[in-house]
This record gives sequence, structure tokens and C-alpha cells, in this order.
Amino acid sequence: MSACDECLRRAWLLGRLSGHLDRIRGQRQHVREVLALSDADLLAALGGGQREIVARAYAAFRPRELRAEVVAARQATVCAHRPEYPRGLRDLPDQPAVLFVADGERAVAALARMAEDPFARPTVALVGARRASADARRMAESLGRELAYAGVPVISGMALGVDAWAHRGALAAEGDTIAVLGSGVDIVYPRTEAGLYAELVTRGVVLSEMPPGATARRWTFPARNRIIAALATMTVVVEAAERSGSLITATLAEDLGRELGAVPGRPGVTGTRGTNGLLRQGCAVIRDAQDVLDQLFGAGAREAGHPRKDPSGLDPALAAVFTAVAAGHDTVAALCEDPGEVREVTVRLGELEYLGYVRRAADGRYVTIP
Amino acid sequence: MLAHATTFALDGLGTRRVRVEVDVRPGLPAFTIVGLGDAAVRESRERVRSAILNVGLEFPQRRVTANLAPADLRKVGPGFDLALACGILAASGQVPATALESRAFYAELSLGGELHPCRGTLAVAEATRVAAVGQLVLAATAGAEAVLVPGLEVAAVPTLNDVVVILRGGPVPDPPEAAWDDDVRADALELADVLGQHEAAEAMIIAAAGGHNLLMCGPPGTGKTMLARRLPWILPDLSGTEALDVTRILSIAGLHSGRGLVRRRPFRAPHHTTSPSGLVGGGASPRPGEVTLAHHGVLFLDELSEFYRSSLEALRQPLEDGLVTIVRGQRSAVFPARCMVVAATNPCPCGRGSTGCRCTEPDRERHARKLSGPLLDRIDVACSLDMPAGALAAVPVPTTQEARDRVHAARARAVDRAGDGGPSRNADLTGAQLRRYAPLDRECRKRIDGAGGIVTSMRARDRLHRVARTIADLEGAERILPEHVTQAITFRRDVLRTEGEA
Repeated sequence: MSACDECLRRAWLLGRLSGHLDRIRGQRQHVREVLALSDADLLAALGGGQREIVARAYAAFRPRELRAEVVAARQATVCAHRPEYPRGLRDLPDQPAVLFVADGERAVAALARMAEDPFARPTVALVGARRASADARRMAESLGRELAYAGVPVISGMALGVDAWAHRGALAAEGDTIAVLGSGVDIVYPRTEAGLYAELVTRGVVLSEMPPGATARRWTFPARNRIIAALATMTVVVEAAERSGSLITATLAEDLGRELGAVPGRPGVTGTRGTNGLLRQGCAVIRDAQDVLDQLFGAGAREAGHPRKDPSGLDPALAAVFTAVAAGHDTVAALCEDPGEVREVTVRLGELEYLGYVRRAADGRYVTIP
Repeated sequence: MLAHATTFALDGLGTRRVRVEVDVRPGLPAFTIVGLGDAAVRESRERVRSAILNVGLEFPQRRVTANLAPADLRKVGPGFDLALACGILAASGQVPATALESRAFYAELSLGGELHPCRGTLAVAEATRVAAVGQLVLAATAGAEAVLVPGLEVAAVPTLNDVVVILRGGPVPDPPEAAWDDDVRADALELADVLGQHEAAEAMIIAAAGGHNLLMCGPPGTGKTMLARRLPWILPDLSGTEALDVTRILSIAGLHSGRGLVRRRPFRAPHHTTSPSGLVGGGASPRPGEVTLAHHGVLFLDELSEFYRSSLEALRQPLEDGLVTIVRGQRSAVFPARCMVVAATNPCPCGRGSTGCRCTEPDRERHARKLSGPLLDRIDVACSLDMPAGALAAVPVPTTQEARDRVHAARARAVDRAGDGGPSRNADLTGAQLRRYAPLDRECRKRIDGAGGIVTSMRARDRLHRVARTIADLEGAERILPEHVTQAITFRRDVLRTEGEA
């Protein structure tokens, strides 16, 4: 079970040309046209002496070497000629020839299960800004968590900000999640998300069209965005400024006939002009996971679950506080009716925290633990 | 002819006895001072000469040499003026030399001959008493401070003329009564001015009751500073010896009003650009820093994450030991530094917190790293503040009096338990003392030890244990109950980590 030789050669060529592709003028607009070129046309487009050198290496390419490299990196490959290749990607005129998947055959099987066909089994892409506001991060986390809990795989790009929190939410609910990287899947980028990366490799799926060892380039991000958009039934932009990468994903999703949603943002802030702009153009308004589920399955067909512990075993007083926290009364002040209750409530919150029902977020708010 | 007078030089928070020797010999008129004096001591010549002449006495038209012994001690400030003047008057036969023998002199002179008080009057008065010199002669306005030392004979007079009268055997005016510096309640800040921050107020009361260091985390404008400024008034009044300590320190730092014994707990809020030596003390002849000025009181570090890391690093040892040792060249000084630290910080660099924060993840991590630095190890109690909302948003927190009464009762319980010589603040309990004074039953131990991965180190465990003891004291409970432990969990400081670790 592996990619065929021709497809591997194509993947190798992309990796070899990665640096050259970064020099395309206006690459943001043109990267997809370039990716749609055949191998021969790609080579022909190279200038000067480089063409000779690359063409010679292309002719001398040995699939076996790349295969060995893939195995050594504990990866597996799926090419467009395999049944495990996600059907959604076939909608792309510039579909990736090969997907490199971290963690070998387990991940290939998981990918086949999660992203078999976006119209038979819905998946959701959660994308948004790296410099995301606290609201957006929280929103990404809860959307990721609740959608994964409802059985919908969550697809994103493992970037800082929204992407990372979407993955984190899905992992917290022990749900399915796919990370599409702009680099080879053995390259951890951004480095600060190394912990998340390790979790995703073992518990989710990490894939890329770039061969092992390929570093992320400017052009690989819009390229990976097309994979995200094509894999997902619906793309939800959590927070984006104008002219941001997330809006590229949104446009791609629309072009592919996928559903598109955006989370409304605070007006008058540059960071949310992109998402609010999408809403102005009439895309679906996403307030919570329920809105996404309604869009995917029809209104009311699926109930968004809140993965959290069942309070029925608790002392009634504790259960009451727990239920209140679950309903959004997430600070001590919000839980008290009377100043006399403050002490009692802090005792109960400590108790719930000790018992593992709630935890305190960095901003001091209480959240229920799934 | 030779005469000598006794005075004292400030050395850190202590004093060193200085013998001022004045020799008046025939020769061309000249006035030299030797004995490692600073600029203020050199300029003393002009003040002393003018003062003597302006009160109608005679400045000897001969060769005058003054020596400040011991000669190897660096002498700072104008406090030697009066001793020099008296030495000259005695050496030139204008007052009897024997009159200087059982007296110490400590005042600055004006050109007109008035006596002015100097920094460190209380320390000098204490030293005069300890050295059994006899009478201390100083400025009238310094009298209130000097009489705080019981059994000390004080001659507090306004001018050099009055000093001469006393030295010639005249009557000594009655010193002022020992008094308090101020009415401690007069300008008390009212805790109940704070609205809606009930959780933070509770955290502050717990911190006050146990002497625990407190960290408040919240966006600007939520009341962190307002709460902290009210802390000195919910702490118990200074005891007699504490009040003397505070007065002595303020006096040496030149911050004392001179009116009497300070009764209000100090509140120091150094700006976050304060240097390490500004915080812990320093200088060529070491002066106390903010942590010492806050001794027995509150050191408020607003914008904790903006402080230089080196400054916070410097604070760690003083907070651990309750004193600072400063070594500068050949001098060293030990300053007391037992204060409560209240730190305040924004939840993230932009300060907007949960609503509308625009900080990037790396920014927030840097912020959190800075917070999790050296000082955080000494914080026992933490709380988060947010814009007040819900049913309690406009409800005032307990009044200063209520909070004070609770704190008082809790501290009394801790003192009873520890007995004489034991630590009076739960924050000072060592591990062994904790086990002795704050035994845990099986359920409590289970909660502290296995608090769901919350407690990750022995230090964190002891911290939880100490705070639980304080909460039990506030509730009037003899033994720590499980609910006290769980409340301590709510106020533990480990909550302030980055969200990624959560």
C-alpha cells in the first residue's frame, strides 16, 4: 500500500522546486496555476541552467530511495490512484499527487475513515488568524471540541492561534482531527507547537503534499489551504483580517462548492474585518457548534453535545454549581447572588476542581472538563 | 585647648558612636575638619562658623582643628554640626568643657544658629540610651521622636543659644510627651468603596490574615490598585516594637514626619522601573530600599511583569529571609525586610484580558514566563479580577472594619497557637511547624496530596497547607477541615500559567 512511482516523482519534483516556486511573482494568485502544470511544463518553465540540472535529476529519480526515506521517517504515502485517497481532493484541478502521512499505516487508515468523502461523511475545517484574539482562541477551542464530540472530524493547519486551538479542542474531546501542514510532516512548524504536534501525530492525522524534510515556504501555505478547503465539507473562518490567508481558504471552499461559515467578530477592529466581510457577503453565521451542525445535517438534526462529566453523582450543592458553570456562569461573581455566598462558592469551586469536574482557565474563568 | 563632644554617625539602620575632638591652638585663623567626612561634613565649617557668630558668640580667631573619630568610618550628613559647634565653644572656653562629658549632640545648624533635625533621630536616641552617654541634645522639632526611647534624658531646644544656656548650667526645658505620629484611623481608606470584587476581597482578607503574599491578575481598571491600597488598614495595628522599627526606618530614610511614633503600616508602591538597589537597598553607604521601607507593611508591585527581571530576582532572598544584607566595598549593612508583597499584573501584555485581547501567543508566553519567574515562588494566594458583572456587580465588598475584625481574630488564633516566640503569621510557618500547628486529618491530606494533578511540588503543597491553615483561622476552626483545603485550592497561585499548559 503506497503511492505509485509516477506520483512519487511528482512529489519529489515539488520538493526539489520548492525554492524556485517561492520566487514566482505574485505567487499568491498564481501558485494554483503553477501547481496545475504537468511535470514537463513545470520543468520547461524553469529558466537558464537550472532547467538542465533539475531535468537530469528528474530523469534519474529513483522511487525506491524516496520510499525508503518515507519509511525511515515513519511515514506512509497515499497517491491519487489509491482508494484511501480522500475523495474531496479529486475536486481540485491541481490535486496533490501524493499525501505524505505521519505515523505510517495507522494514520492512513484513520485518514481514510475521517476524510473518505466530504459529502458522505461531513468534516469541518476551522481556520483563522495566527494573531487571534482571546475570544477567537476560545471560540476555536470550543468549536473544535464540540464538533469533534459530535463526531465531525476537525481539519486545520496547526498554525499558531485559531488553528492550534481548533486541534486542541478536538483532541480534548478525544475526537478526530486532521492537520494539513505546509512543510513535510516530519518538520515541526511552528516549533512552539511541538507538544500539539506530538499529540496530533499519535492521536490524529498529520499530512502534507510535501516530501519528508521539505521546509515550509511562503507558497506552501496557500497550497496547503487548498487541501484543507477540499477535504472539508464546510469551512468555518473563526477570525480573519482583510486579505488574510484564511480568506484564501474561504474563497477556495466556495469555488469548490463547499459550505462556508464565519464567526461574527467585534466591529471596528481590524482583526475581524475579514470574517465580518464574509458575513456581509452572505455566508452562514456561526455562533456556536450547533450552527455548524445545523448547516451540515439540517436544522435540529444533530444536537451539539457538551462533552463534560455527568454531575448526577455529585452532592446536590456541588451539582448546582457545576450546572451553573456549564451554563456559562463561569466566574465567582457570576455564581453568587449575595456577598454572603462568596466563601461558600469558592469552597465548592475548589471541591469541583479537586474532583476534576472543572478547571480554571488562565483568565480566571472556570470551564468544565470534558 | 582641647575639647571633645559625643555624637553618632548613621551606619545602615544602626549608628556608630563618634567622638568629635576640637583643638584650638594659637596660629593663623583656620578651621579644618578631618575624619572621612563627606561634602556635607566639609561644608559644616561654614554653617558652624556663621551659627556661632550669628548668635553673638565668638568664633576663635586661631587655628581650629576638628577630628571625627574613629577616622576610618565614612561620615555622612549634617548631624555633626552641633557637636562641632559645642566642641569649639568648649575648646575656646566659652562653655565649660566638663558640660560636654555626659551629653550627646545631634543636630544640623542653620547660619542663624537654629537647630534642625536630622535623619535617624530615633536610632541616635536609642544609641545614646544604650551607650549610657546621658543627655541627648537636639533640635526642638526632633524632640517628639527622641522621647520615644524610654529613660532617655532629652534636651530639645530651638537654637544654639539655648544649648549654650544648658551647657552653662541653665534649666533644661521639658521635653514633649511621647506621642503617636498620626491618627491611624483618620484617613483610613474604606474597603467597601470597592464594588463587585468579592472574590478578590476575600483573597486579600485571607492574605492579610496569614501574612501571605498576594497576586492579583486582571485587566486595568478592575480595582487591583484600589484593593491593594486598602490593605494596610485591614492589617492589625503595629505593635509597640513594630512601630519603633517602622519609625526608625522611616526616620533614617528621611521620610518621617518627626511627630512621633508611626502607627500606620507602611505601604510602598515602587514604580516598575525601580532598579534592584532601589528595591532592596544599596549605595556607597548603604541606604534602605523599598523592601525595607515596607518592613511590617505592604510592598505593592503594580505591573509585576514590567519589573526588571534582575529587580525581582533581587527581591527573592529578602522575602525568604525577612532581611537584606548589603555589602558595598568594606561596608555591609543588614536591613530588616519583613513585608507582605502584593503584586498586580495584567492577564496578558495588552491588558485587555478575556475580552478583545489582541496579543499573539508568543507575547502571552513571554508574559507568563516573566510571571512564573523568581518572585512567584513566594506568592501564596492569587486571584483573578474581571470587570464586575452579575448580581454582585454593584454590591460593596466588606467594610474595612469587618475585614479588620476577621483578620484580627484569625491572627490572634495563630499567635495563641504558636505561643511566645512562635511565628505570628501563618506565612512564616516552616514545614515542621506546619505539621505541628496545622495537623491534617486523612481527608485533608488526601485532598492536598492528590489534588487532581493540581499540586505538583512539595513547595506548592506546603503553600496550600499554609493557606488552608489561615482559612481555618478565619473561620474560627481549631483544626483544618476539608472545605478549608478546597477553598485554598481556589486561591492557589498555580492557576496563573499559560493556557497551553492547562
